[in-house]
Amino acid sequence: MNSDKVLDAKGLACPMPIVRTKKAMMELESGQVLEIHATDKGAKNDLAAWAKSSGHELVSDIEADGVFTFWIKKGY
Amino acid sequence: MSVKAMNSKEVARKVIEKKELFILDVRNEGDFADWKIEGENFDYFNIPYFELLDGVEEIMDKIPADKEVIVVCAKEGSSIMVAEMISDEGVDVSYLEGGMKAWSEYLEPVKVGDLKDGGQLYQFVRLGKGCLSYMVVSNGEAAIIDATRMADVYVNFANDIGANITHVFDTHLHADHISGGRKIAEATGATYWLPPKDAGEVLFEYAALEGGNNVVIGNSTINIHALYSPGHTIGSTSFVIDEKYLLSGDILFIDSIGRPDLAGLAEDWVGDLRESLYKRYRELSEELVVLPAHFMIIDELNVDGSVAEKLGTLFAENHGLNIEDENEFRSLVTENLPPQPNSYQEIRETNMGKIMPDEDKQREMEIGPNRCAVR
Repeated sequence: MNSDKVLDAKGLACPMPIVRTKKAMMELESGQVLEIHATDKGAKNDLAAWAKSSGHELVSDIEADGVFTFWIKKGY
Repeated sequence: MSVKAMNSKEVARKVIEKKELFILDVRNEGDFADWKIEGENFDYFNIPYFELLDGVEEIMDKIPADKEVIVVCAKEGSSIMVAEMISDEGVDVSYLEGGMKAWSEYLEPVKVGDLKDGGQLYQFVRLGKGCLSYMVVSNGEAAIIDATRMADVYVNFANDIGANITHVFDTHLHADHISGGRKIAEATGATYWLPPKDAGEVLFEYAALEGGNNVVIGNSTINIHALYSPGHTIGSTSFVIDEKYLLSGDILFIDSIGRPDLAGLAEDWVGDLRESLYKRYRELSEELVVLPAHFMIIDELNVDGSVAEKLGTLFAENHGLNIEDENEFRSLVTENLPPQPNSYQEIRETNMGKIMPDEDKQREMEIGPNRCAVR
């Protein structure tokens, strides 16, 4: 999946993956996609809930070898 | 203002002593709704930590000035962040050390009573999950019943009181939590007993626990008398200890009764459940003190933190023991069941030795409340 920016949040524990994601999103334009790599197991639920409450869209996510990858599209 | 760590033991004391506490729970709304720290005089406010990344000004009016405040999250990291922000606003605040993960694993040992020959019976209350396990001690020997996966807690406790663990029992194959029975048996050389009717698919060695078995702990008089009482599972077995205590496993609780569906056979087992509760238990002395494997709600705790009640009192007051009509009973235990526990199939497979998830995975499988009862 195409992304406009990639954030490496691997090895970071909660709350850092979301703190970094929020910061990275501020640098994107509406409609652009941020790709996030994280290893924290809580990240999935939290990112989904955060995206929803901040008006972004969690477009897709996968898990492979203990690494979660998320694609979040910035809201308008 | 200062931020301090509060550990699960301190929170447990507040639950048992019915102290006041204000819990600012910064987990997701769904997680909070599913499961939280229960206390009779606790107040709550839930807002996910990621709503607070820009500051806590908006919620400061929700935080009472006259109560002790603790911030709680899943593992601890986010609660420290939020606690520091609140402290910066001028309020003293604590965070829960290790988060809900630690709370779920904390066991509070409570002495239930002395046994006739000078031995003791302890109940280990897992407040975060409602699991109850037991240690019978006599003459330097100890037996453990329905151990949680935190095996070290029992081994260390036995060491501290100078007892060798010689027997470990599970009243049934658990579906809501991972048993520490096998781990304790391996660490101490104790015999691990399981009811064979629940252990058909178990992949390790165990001693067959059957109705009528008597196991002697210590060198003299403590009898652990096994009583076959199917219904929650087909193998479910209760114990009468010292002719005074009835360990009822997941068959009978203080304010509810066991559910028959967690191994997939509700319709088949409902008759067994009725037979156990309405016939076999009726034949026992009403003076026996019932010690179940779970509690459901914090109201079931006695003032000392134990969960125990006389069988006669339960016959009078527990709704599940007072349904005359068999069809009504059948529909209660098969139709209005609460959701099944998280990961209960995987938990059963772990307890059979079929899968061996690592500790992180085991922890994750057990997260959330237990749901073994129907009311």
